[in-house]
Amino acid sequence: MDFVRYIGGESIGILSRIGRLFTFLVYAIYFSITPPFKIDRILRQIRFIGAQSTLVVLLIGTFTGMVISLQGYHTLSRLGSEAFLGPMVALSIMKEMAPVLTGLMVTARAGSALTAEIGIMRITNQIDAIEMMGLNPFRYLIAPNMIAGFISLPLLTGMFDAIGILGGYLVGVKIFGLEYATFFGEINTYVWVEHLMEGIYKSMSFGIIISWVSCYMGYYTGSSGFGAEGVSKSTTSAVVLAAIMILIWDYFMTAFLF
Amino acid sequence: MIELNNIHKSFSGHEVLKGVSFKVEKGEILVLIGMSGYGKSVILKHVVGLLKPDKGTVKVDGLEVNSLKKNALADLRSRIGFLFQGGALFESMTVYDNVAFPLREKARLDRTVIEKKVLNVIDQVGLSGAENKYPSQLSGGMQKRAALARELVWEPEIMIFDEPTTGLDPIIGHAILNLIEEMHKRMHFTGIIITHELSRVFKIVNKVAMLHEGIIIETGSPEEMLSSKNSLVRQFLSGDTEGPISFR
Ligand SMILES: Nc1ncnc2c1ncn2[C@@H]1O[C@H](COP(=O)(O)OP(=O)(O)O)[C@@H](O)[C@H]1O
Ligand SMILES: [Mg+2]
Repeated sequence: MDFVRYIGGESIGILSRIGRLFTFLVYAIYFSITPPFKIDRILRQIRFIGAQSTLVVLLIGTFTGMVISLQGYHTLSRLGSEAFLGPMVALSIMKEMAPVLTGLMVTARAGSALTAEIGIMRITNQIDAIEMMGLNPFRYLIAPNMIAGFISLPLLTGMFDAIGILGGYLVGVKIFGLEYATFFGEINTYVWVEHLMEGIYKSMSFGIIISWVSCYMGYYTGSSGFGAEGVSKSTTSAVVLAAIMILIWDYFMTAFLF
Repeated sequence: MIELNNIHKSFSGHEVLKGVSFKVEKGEILVLIGMSGYGKSVILKHVVGLLKPDKGTVKVDGLEVNSLKKNALADLRSRIGFLFQGGALFESMTVYDNVAFPLREKARLDRTVIEKKVLNVIDQVGLSGAENKYPSQLSGGMQKRAALARELVWEPEIMIFDEPTTGLDPIIGHAILNLIEEMHKRMHFTGIIITHELSRVFKIVNKVAMLHEGIIIETGSPEEMLSSKNSLVRQFLSGDTEGPISFR
């Protein structure tokens, strides 16, 4: 009987937390699309989530493009079709690598910091202080991050696309001696704007997932532990949950939308 | 007017408040005393709806705090100044921006008016020169004063101070209490103060309530409290280690 009660209690706990997670998303989106917009906070968060991630995204973008080109060249040349290296690099970067790796990288870099920042605001009563002024913490803290995530991720993904293809070109053309015209000519033939947009749309949703999950974990810090320990727990959970959700959501988006 | 009626509150099985009741009339200041960790801060959070009681009611100006809709609660809160025990300054903002925040966000005043008010109150709490510092660059006592300035600046009708003088040196602590007294004379806010500086605060308040083991064991004027027959109150006020209150 105790066992049944335990399972029941745990399940209700999990269900109510899932409910809370999605209620949080609804509020977060509501306050992101209704005025007044806190422009200065949005810009600050775009700088933090977006601008400050640029360097690391460019770095992993270059190497991702290079390694795809390296692997691809070996495989394609066995089939005698190394001419298709360009489209192969471009498509795998645009459709999958750029949005997913950018999402994971931003989760690790900015998502964790976001959770820690909001978690500290929670345990030091800064969120209570906002509420005590009769103001809404969703408008001041959460919405700017949602908007910043939604705007920053596609931009970062676009940069990843460009530098990744450049990395692929370096390896394919400069190292393996493929013709410049072949590499880019085939890209021109086989890669369309739709392929680019597929990754961009994905990245927009990843931006929302990252801000949503990170803010949620920070906002509810303290319900699972206190003080610095509570914050470090939330931060870990945020990174893990956001990463998992990005990968799962990526599968479903690819399977059903594209 | 603030009225708490039979408030009960437990945290994961640990019963902190076991039926707290008291009343603060309009324009009156109540001092809440009691041992650390007995739930004084928890009581204050109930007054403004940051915590919900398991049982009992909280009324502020006749409004039942826990049955208010979101907007009505926000309206009520925007008349209440609340100094958190830890200050709760916004760490991403300078002292100036912290103090200006409520004026900018709530009052929509002219820039120059805001600047005048902010610099004036920063001066009153003795923080002139630290306007452009961030909270992390200030000592604990300075943070407390900056947080106090953020509440005093917009002159709320109701003020709640959670240990405004704890951690301050005696001179600054005294100055802060004088400032609160002076503000009260001018604005007649309704207030609750938690403090351990009893001798000083007793001069400026009308009413004292003592919390002990989850209930208010005695309420009265400062004089009544000082001559109380309750041995718990006597021991607490005199600070004796011997007596019915055991701190171990
Ligand atoms: N949000 C909370 N969750 C769980 N326990 C809490 C919470 N807030 C306060 N407590 C507990 O309530 C008790 C009273 O705390 P507090 O009101 O801060 O005491 P004090 O009288 O020193 O202000 C403490 O045992 C504290 O651990
Ligand atoms: Mg306290």
